Amino acid sequence: MSECAVQRDSCCREPAELKIVAFLCNWCSYAGADKAGGSALPVPPELSVVRVMCSGRVEPTLVLETLRQGADGVMVLACHPGDCHYKEGNFRALCRAELLERLVVQLGVDPVRFCFDYVSAAEGEKFSRITCEFAARLRQLPPIG
Amino acid sequence: MATDKPKLAMYWAAACGGCEISLANMHEAILELDRDFDFVFCPCFLDTKKKDLEAMPDGSIRLTLFNGSLRTEENLEMARLLRKKSQLLVAFGSCAVSGGVPALANQRSRDELLSRVYLEAPGTVNPDRLFPRVLSQVPEGELTLPEFLDRIPSLKDAVPVEYLMPGCPPEPERILAVLRLVASGEALPDPGTVLGCSATRAVCDECTREKRDQAAPALVRSSEALPEPGWCLVEQGVPCLGMATKGGCGALCPAVQMPCSGCYGPLDPDGDAGGAGIAALSGAVAAPVDHGAGEAQLVARSRATVAAVADPLGTFYRYTLSDCLIGERDQEVVK
Ligand code: SF4
Ligand code: SF4
Ligand code: SF4
Ligand code: FES
Repeated sequence: MSECAVQRDSCCREPAELKIVAFLCNWCSYAGADKAGGSALPVPPELSVVRVMCSGRVEPTLVLETLRQGADGVMVLACHPGDCHYKEGNFRALCRAELLERLVVQLGVDPVRFCFDYVSAAEGEKFSRITCEFAARLRQLPPIG
Repeated sequence: MATDKPKLAMYWAAACGGCEISLANMHEAILELDRDFDFVFCPCFLDTKKKDLEAMPDGSIRLTLFNGSLRTEENLEMARLLRKKSQLLVAFGSCAVSGGVPALANQRSRDELLSRVYLEAPGTVNPDRLFPRVLSQVPEGELTLPEFLDRIPSLKDAVPVEYLMPGCPPEPERILAVLRLVASGEALPDPGTVLGCSATRAVCDECTREKRDQAAPALVRSSEALPEPGWCLVEQGVPCLGMATKGGCGALCPAVQMPCSGCYGPLDPDGDAGGAGIAALSGAVAAPVDHGAGEAQLVARSRATVAAVADPLGTFYRYTLSDCLIGERDQEVVK
């Protein structure tokens, strides 16, 4: 059985209560998500995917607004460093993530709620693993508000 | 003294006085103010009292410039009173527009703030643990103080306002332009409009420092930077927020070697100063281009380019924490 299902057994919140928004870059992470789907790997059902052309497209304000509107967690998944279709979009995204991670803590938000990571088109397994782990971590937190 | 001139009021809530100084900095144009308006209420410049204000009919003041933040119950009470008496209420200056510097205290609870100031601050000696109280009994009778609010809201979130005029403080020429507009009797902009600044141009547009289209190797701390005069600050790694900030000041700070700290607020009217500032600075640093380096190395190097922003909240929300998109949530992280 998948790691995801195992973790859900021990969780304290029902999947339906959780809202996760994942911004996936079109060229790598979205394809990685497709691969996970095609390989029938587990993906948390509460994951809402937003496809963007590049992780560098995700304005930090969008992440804050997503949290404000009640998402329990936000993921930004990018091509691996050096692999961005637009060369440096994922470095922009990384710098934003670095500052956002530190900012949300100052704003009183558990930094666990924000996740920046890399998923290539071939990494269906990694996509499945990190999304399930992220959902499991969020389920341990009280609802955002 | 009865006059037909439109009435003008200016009030300071939890303010530093800089907004009034900026009005006084109109220099001789202050005579225009006197010619065109009946200046009926302004505790800083005039010997006018709250009871004078209370005695005025509702809606009798044409224009009120309300500056300072809402820190106490008294500030709120004055905001409500001036709202009632005024036709046009302007949130004047960053403090009234979006909390300003005082709203940085919204990071802490009321109790934390009071115990810090009255018990823990270096130099404080308070063995009897005396705190200000709303009501104190003394032999002479009852003494009262206004209640200290839990958090500082922006003025527009406390009472309806017609206009917002950002800046810490708003520039004298911009104040004069607004006074002239109101005095002229011409059609006014739609309520909710932000006055005295540019709706579409950032501070960078007004800045004369040379843009060389170069990315900074890494950000540096402003206090440690010795930027080359005349060259764009952010290109030299100084965290200047000109790109993310509404123009209108004429790029005053960069003109004197200081990075813009964002006092006119985010350029995007629906934007968030934190999001805008992070986007601006993250776009200003060079990406590591060495494809030979390993992923961990590239990530570490890239993260290091923005490490000099040691206090993201204080850097990006210096004037705007009351308007922060996620500023009102319960604190999840134990500080
Ligand atoms: S906006 Fe600036 S100048 Fe005006 S009261 Fe606030 S701190 Fe002072
Ligand atoms: S970043 Fe700062 S110094 Fe550079 S052009 Fe903009 S306002 Fe001027
Ligand atoms: S440069 Fe920035 S901080 Fe300085 S006055 Fe203008 S808007 Fe305010
Ligand atoms: S295209 Fe995938 S991160 Fe830029």
